[in-house]
Amino acid sequence: MAGAVTTVASLSSEARPKHLTEARPVRYLLIAIALLFIGVVIVLPMITVLSEAFRKGWSAYMDAIRDPDALAALRLTLLTAAIAVPLNTIFGVAAAWGITKFKFRGKNLLITFIDLPFSVSPVISGLVYILLFGAQGFFGPWLIGHDVKIVFAIPGIVLATMFVTFPFVARELLPLMEAQGVQDEEAAVSLGAKGWRTFWKVTLPNIKWGLLYGIILCNARAMGEFGAVSVVSGHIRGETNTLPLHIEILYNEYQYTASFAVASLLMLLAIITLVIKGLIEGKLASSKRGH
Amino acid sequence: MASNRIRKSALPGFRFSIGFTILYLSLIVLIPLAGLVVKTAGLTFPQFWETVTSQRVLASYRVSLLTALFAALVNVVFGLVVAWVLVRYRFPGKKIIDGLVDIPFALPTAVAGIALTSIYAPNGWIGRLLDPLGIKVSYTPLGITVALIFIGVPFVVRTVQPVLQELEAEMEESAALLGAYRWRTFRKVLLPELVPPLITGFALAFARGIGEYGSVVFISGNMPLKTEITPLLIITKLEQYEYSQATAIALVLLIISFALLLLINTLQRWTNRRLRSA
Amino acid sequence: MKRFKSFRLLIVAALAMGVLSACGSNNNSGNNAAPSDGASSSGQSASASASASEPAKKPESVELLNVSYDPTRELYEAFNKSFADYWKQTTGQTVKINQSHGGSGAQSRKVLDGLEADVVTLALAYDIDALADKGLLKADWQQSFDSNSSPYTSTIVFLVRKGNPKGIKDWDDLIKKDVQVITPNPKTSGGARWNYLAAWGYASKQFGGDEAKIKDFMKQLFNNVPVLDSGARGATTTFVERKIGDVLLAWENEAYLAKKEYGDEFEIVTPSLSILAEPPVAVVDKVVDKRGTREVAEAYLKYLYTPEGQEIAAQNFYRPRLQEVADKYKDQFPQLNLLTIDKDFGGWKEAQKKHFEDGGTFDQIYTKGS
Repeated sequence: MAGAVTTVASLSSEARPKHLTEARPVRYLLIAIALLFIGVVIVLPMITVLSEAFRKGWSAYMDAIRDPDALAALRLTLLTAAIAVPLNTIFGVAAAWGITKFKFRGKNLLITFIDLPFSVSPVISGLVYILLFGAQGFFGPWLIGHDVKIVFAIPGIVLATMFVTFPFVARELLPLMEAQGVQDEEAAVSLGAKGWRTFWKVTLPNIKWGLLYGIILCNARAMGEFGAVSVVSGHIRGETNTLPLHIEILYNEYQYTASFAVASLLMLLAIITLVIKGLIEGKLASSKRGH
Repeated sequence: MASNRIRKSALPGFRFSIGFTILYLSLIVLIPLAGLVVKTAGLTFPQFWETVTSQRVLASYRVSLLTALFAALVNVVFGLVVAWVLVRYRFPGKKIIDGLVDIPFALPTAVAGIALTSIYAPNGWIGRLLDPLGIKVSYTPLGITVALIFIGVPFVVRTVQPVLQELEAEMEESAALLGAYRWRTFRKVLLPELVPPLITGFALAFARGIGEYGSVVFISGNMPLKTEITPLLIITKLEQYEYSQATAIALVLLIISFALLLLINTLQRWTNRRLRSA
Repeated sequence: MKRFKSFRLLIVAALAMGVLSACGSNNNSGNNAAPSDGASSSGQSASASASASEPAKKPESVELLNVSYDPTRELYEAFNKSFADYWKQTTGQTVKINQSHGGSGAQSRKVLDGLEADVVTLALAYDIDALADKGLLKADWQQSFDSNSSPYTSTIVFLVRKGNPKGIKDWDDLIKKDVQVITPNPKTSGGARWNYLAAWGYASKQFGGDEAKIKDFMKQLFNNVPVLDSGARGATTTFVERKIGDVLLAWENEAYLAKKEYGDEFEIVTPSLSILAEPPVAVVDKVVDKRGTREVAEAYLKYLYTPEGQEIAAQNFYRPRLQEVADKYKDQFPQLNLLTIDKDFGGWKEAQKKHFEDGGTFDQIYTKGS
């Protein structure tokens, strides 16, 4: 899933000789198909969200976004991402290092377990934490005895988010580090470099763009998760509502315009993310040219 | 098996990185999922079997699996085209298109569901065009498929893209020099290389589609036996305070996804190894 | 090389931020644990820890959590304001009421799983019985307040499009071939269960209790349902926004609200017979005893029965219990014959078992060979 290498190819596409590309009509047809597909599947829903958001005009839009409950939801969403994303990043790097730099039995199984949260139904990802930490759950009585709140409080929301975004960084780094092999690191070690130093000086520069891209995707998903968080949140306004939950609440209150306005806010966060990714790729391209 | 000859690596950090990986994996993923198994164990086997094979549940597997399968197939075809175009051609707005591919990851699924429903409902932008033709999308299996296509796009595009980029131009070059036509080059040289990532993308999109809830409930209509998806039945069971039955169905979904992913990952490593030794 | 350095800094900063915020959250949960003896144990505000230092005197402020179902959002928004004023005047204490809304069953389950609700105000007694079964409140909770602990009632009516083009007057119009009916799924929605029982009750009267004929009626009715949304609000949206269906079976208050929001596009039709929906309220004993909020929680629910509370309920289209308020709003609520859950269906436990459990009459509509 590494998209970080995109620019390498966009450079090569400029240089691609004529006999290695398709005839012009075929090219145009393929581009048209791709544009149409993205247009219908992705852009149209985005336009719907925006047009609904601005149906009652700019001031209604701003009111919806400046609503104290919306701001509280935004804060909680950002806090959740700020905890879940770094932790999953550390995990992703460690896992990718262990899996790609060494050979051992059970690698497939390990990778499959890492992939698993991708495919677990969001309903289940929330439910499992209720089963563990809910009042009737395995640790529930102990938690109540010590007055520690996990589900229906912020820790539960963070846990569910971590579960859902668990594989993103690791998944991004695995193919990249696999392809890079171990030669660079082995050379560094044979020259006497210590482990951490090797990682900082050799590995990290090699994987930094892939890593950053993984972080960005992980972050986008962390902010947008709805199903799992909905199960473990108490849905209390201003307290345990994340942005996606706040959107649902507004929608259920017939405040369609406001709900889409807040949704467009999340979309904006996603777009900012994409712009950052674009900037990163631009940088990568220029550093390539500098070679 | 290649893993039998464990090579002593010169690199440090194996114990630390794998140890940490397994610890973190256990805490966040495995122990919680084990809770699912333990809870389901509260049922006797006949009860379990009756729950997961009742008529409505069986019908919901069919709906979930078929719509997810169909959506994943659509995504394989169009995802390949999108990835191909993004990697190989230059056209205005390419960067934007590239970025848009990630939107389904970022947009909350409920928002996607609501937006899609309003587009494809009989009075929506597209629904209005299709309705006179007698094609109904919202509140039919077709609607579920549309939602799952949306959810699955990035999985296919983002797995195919990097592989397409790494393919050596020389291989195509030599094929072209040998006089192969473009289509033939594609089929004989490129396609074999693209099959593994396409399968991975397909599997990820498929597995994600089976479990998807938030975007689907809005557009599916939730008719028993017709458009009722399995995750909705899990919620239904919870609504009746039947926790063990809910986890039983959840467990079946989980096993399907896990088997699928394990198969794909094994296939993937096997083809990798074969390619490398070739 | 310089670029790498700055990138490294960025990563370090990001990780440090993560660790810090993780610690922050630990502190938070620590705070949560500390003021458990005080009244406001949600423990986010500084005022909570300040007030906890003087346990003898009444704390300056108190927080309540009211866990409710979907259609009561507007009702409790207005009611909470009124109660907060009243409580401030009578006791000098500031009360902050947090609201949580969702499907009635899902909300009850959250309380069961540890959401600390001081009071629950749900769609049906069955969902509060589930809490009593687990010992969160006493088994005879429904005797704690007047009128079956249901301070307001509602019923099920029809919402049709302007001019009532399909001429829908009563339940038997719903099984006509060309009528599309919108109702949520009784398996996931409390409101839908009332809809279902009202239709069943009508058929039962019509066919003199002949079960085979009733089932046939229900089958025809649900054959006319093109979409089964998972919740009451979802069904309203399908009918109102997506313009699907000819008639929406809805709570009376929900129908009035939709009419209020969407103006003249809709009309309300009151059938000849419907069901008396009694959404009950209860104090969750286990939670209020732990948090020390019993007094304010009970006062909160009692206030629902006062003329002020009843007035607010009536303004939000719930039928008031208090005669003087009911008289004032009698034009708004037409008289009709109402079945009751206890008399006509043997109580919720039995109704749930017969109709909505797996294999119940609702399942039989859809499964073959019944």
